[in-house]
Amino acid sequence: MANFYTDNKDLKFHLTHPLMEKIVRLKERNFEEQKKFNFAPMDYEDAQDSFDKVLEVVGEICGDIVGPNAEGIDAEGPSVVDGHVIYASGTEININALRKAGLMGMSLPRKYDGLNFPIVPYIMAADIVSRADAGFVNIWGLQDCAETINEFASEEQKMKYLPRVCAGETMAMDLTEPDAGSDLQAVQLKATWDEKKGTWLLNGVKRFITNGDGDIALVLARSEAGTKDGRGLSMFIYDKRNGGVTVRRIEHKMGIIGSPTCELVFKDAPGELVGDRKLGLIKYVMALMNGARLGIHAQSVGVSESAYREALAYAKERMQFGKAIIKFPAVYEMITTMKAKLDASRTLLYETARFVDMYKTYAHISEERALDKDEKAEMKKYQKLADLFTPLGKGIASEFCNQLAYDAVQIHGGSGFMKDYPVERIYRDARITSIYEGTTQLQVVAAIRGVTTGGYLAQIREYEAQKITPELEFMRRTLIILTDDYEQAVAKVVDSNDNEFIDFHARRLVEMAGFIIMSYLLVVDSNRDTSFTKSAKVFIKLTKSLVKGHAEFIRSSVVEDLAAYKIEMS
Amino acid sequence: MKGYKIIVLAKQVPDTRNVGKDAMKADGTVNRAALPAIFNPEDLNALEQALRIKDNFPGTTITLLTMGPGRAAEIIREGLFRGADDGILLTDRAFAGSDTLATSYAIAQTLKKHGNYDIIIAGRQAIDGDTAQVGPQVAEKLGIPQITYAEEIQAIEKGKVTVKRRLERGIEVVKCPMPLVVTVNSSAPDCRARNAKLIMKYKHAKTISEMQEANDDYLHLYSDRPYLTIKEWTVQNIEVDMNELGLTGSPTKVKKVENVVLQSKGAKVITSSDEDMDQLMRELIESHTIG
Repeated sequence: MANFYTDNKDLKFHLTHPLMEKIVRLKERNFEEQKKFNFAPMDYEDAQDSFDKVLEVVGEICGDIVGPNAEGIDAEGPSVVDGHVIYASGTEININALRKAGLMGMSLPRKYDGLNFPIVPYIMAADIVSRADAGFVNIWGLQDCAETINEFASEEQKMKYLPRVCAGETMAMDLTEPDAGSDLQAVQLKATWDEKKGTWLLNGVKRFITNGDGDIALVLARSEAGTKDGRGLSMFIYDKRNGGVTVRRIEHKMGIIGSPTCELVFKDAPGELVGDRKLGLIKYVMALMNGARLGIHAQSVGVSESAYREALAYAKERMQFGKAIIKFPAVYEMITTMKAKLDASRTLLYETARFVDMYKTYAHISEERALDKDEKAEMKKYQKLADLFTPLGKGIASEFCNQLAYDAVQIHGGSGFMKDYPVERIYRDARITSIYEGTTQLQVVAAIRGVTTGGYLAQIREYEAQKITPELEFMRRTLIILTDDYEQAVAKVVDSNDNEFIDFHARRLVEMAGFIIMSYLLVVDSNRDTSFTKSAKVFIKLTKSLVKGHAEFIRSSVVEDLAAYKIEMS
Repeated sequence: MKGYKIIVLAKQVPDTRNVGKDAMKADGTVNRAALPAIFNPEDLNALEQALRIKDNFPGTTITLLTMGPGRAAEIIREGLFRGADDGILLTDRAFAGSDTLATSYAIAQTLKKHGNYDIIIAGRQAIDGDTAQVGPQVAEKLGIPQITYAEEIQAIEKGKVTVKRRLERGIEVVKCPMPLVVTVNSSAPDCRARNAKLIMKYKHAKTISEMQEANDDYLHLYSDRPYLTIKEWTVQNIEVDMNELGLTGSPTKVKKVENVVLQSKGAKVITSSDEDMDQLMRELIESHTIG
């Protein structure tokens, strides 16, 4: 009888952000589809009401089915029989429940049987599913691969595959290989055109493929023989119905055990080219990865939510020295800080999702008609913001997720180390979030451009200029001072003109920008709902100590210091 | 493939599973205002059985029939969100105070009027009254067979329905010709969740009374989309003897309602040995339970 949507009013708060009206109007092309589809909204309020009602179903399924199944799935795990994956029994039950509820293909257009939801409510569903089971969200959430098909594939391919996704077929993105992990340019899986069969044939091996035995897979393969870098790679759709791919083994993992991580062998597997040759990595995978990173950000927030709730409940219940442990400063500080970090990573998640919604919707509209000058400018602005915020959010939120899981175990004490409480699983599940879809270190590499080009600073100034109530003014003042510290640190590092020095401090600079941005978002949230004021206050204290600390580290750092850190290869 | 015409009988009930301290009024009656109104749980099990028939036999239609006050239209919407095709709300002041006999009379008369059914499926019992009488009484009044305590409708072949029954001491599989009434246990599979597209399709579905009460921006919808009007039937729509309805038609009279605290006492194991039997007989005679 639990509902993971209605028991968390913060979700509805983010769902009803003022920018949503514009997003929904654009996404619905002024609600013209109501004439064609009996489930299309009549106006903005009607659309919001639909999101609310559908998310209530997501919350119910997660509270009653997916959440309670998580422990059993973690114990049972998937297996491989005759080259194919058998999910844990609970996983099948979860998929069936979500499939029957029509919750696959949520963001796809109605003409392909989707719900045409914006990214924000879809990501909210991912947030809720992740809280219930961080491993299961990978299988369900891979539906966002379909967004890449929707964006780049031919109409014929869309008509063929997207309705199948909406009907509940699962997906996979086959990118990584034994020698091509973070460096995808090294992908070797071969795609050769077979004149006789009139199709591309895929041959080679993929590794670490989440849900690798899914029904429809996007495969990155080398279509240009003799090439060695990313420019020789193309993207293909592999349809499991055609056969040709077997699962050699699944990995034994620390966490997210229910999500099968596969090693795949391609033997003359037919593949359909998506879009243009040679754009596989440089265009399509980049889009795919950005979507996936936003998904991991959502997963991190959902896992953080579960860690926070477990810790809070235990700290209220556990009696020591004659009182509940939550009464002790050491514990209540941890709990309150957990909530502040959770609120911060969630507000950043939905800010990023809105940016993605804005630019992607304009991009789709631009295929139907020419955008006017203002629209073009707006699309560009939001695309830039989405590119800046996606790695920043994934990087910071996944680290927070690990911190929250760590603290949740700590609050449970010895009991948290045992398999008797969910925090043990949450702790193991959290660990992957800062590793896959690009490690935190790689998110920093993507985000540092936002620091050096002034992109983050410009957005910080936008937040700074927002109207807020006088009671919140003291927070803004603090943040203005911290922004000065950030600017000076950036100037010092950039002015060194030494790339290694910039790389060395990159993580510190990205964190400074990220913490200031999240602080401002919490101030803006507090302005709309005072229940966030506590988290805003606490998070700004964290931001202050982090920014001041990093600023001091950078102020006293010189290029020559790097020698002290370097390790010589012997 | 030919589908079947299914009627699901459902009731809106106060959620007695989450009883707080204000659940009963001072006079001992149920404080309905303090308890959320929900779809009776076993009626949801019944709806799931109907939906599974619809999954397997395309062309099957499911009509949800409920008797209750105006707000009971909510459970018809709940049914539509899960895959029912339409619903009838049977509502009239004349039904107020009905016991199971008067209720089953009203429902049976409605079904006679409506006709057109192969299978009538209901939950075994409602959590507010726990009588398990309405389903069987409806079957009696319609003069058709009934299968109670059903856990699974396993097959429909050649006009016959095969049903697995869950009884206290085991299971029983029976076959029965249509039309018939099936009442379903809570041990049957849970009902599926509401479906996203169906929610959006039917969320504006209303009875005429609800339309009149609501200050609705979407009134034009009801002429364009006839499926959004939930049928609302009163005594005018069915043929009834008014003396059989409501309080007049209800021989059950509540004399007194009491709060009872159930206390389980320690159990005692008695073997079939002669000593134990003798001891038991002595105790029963001493406590004047027997003799």
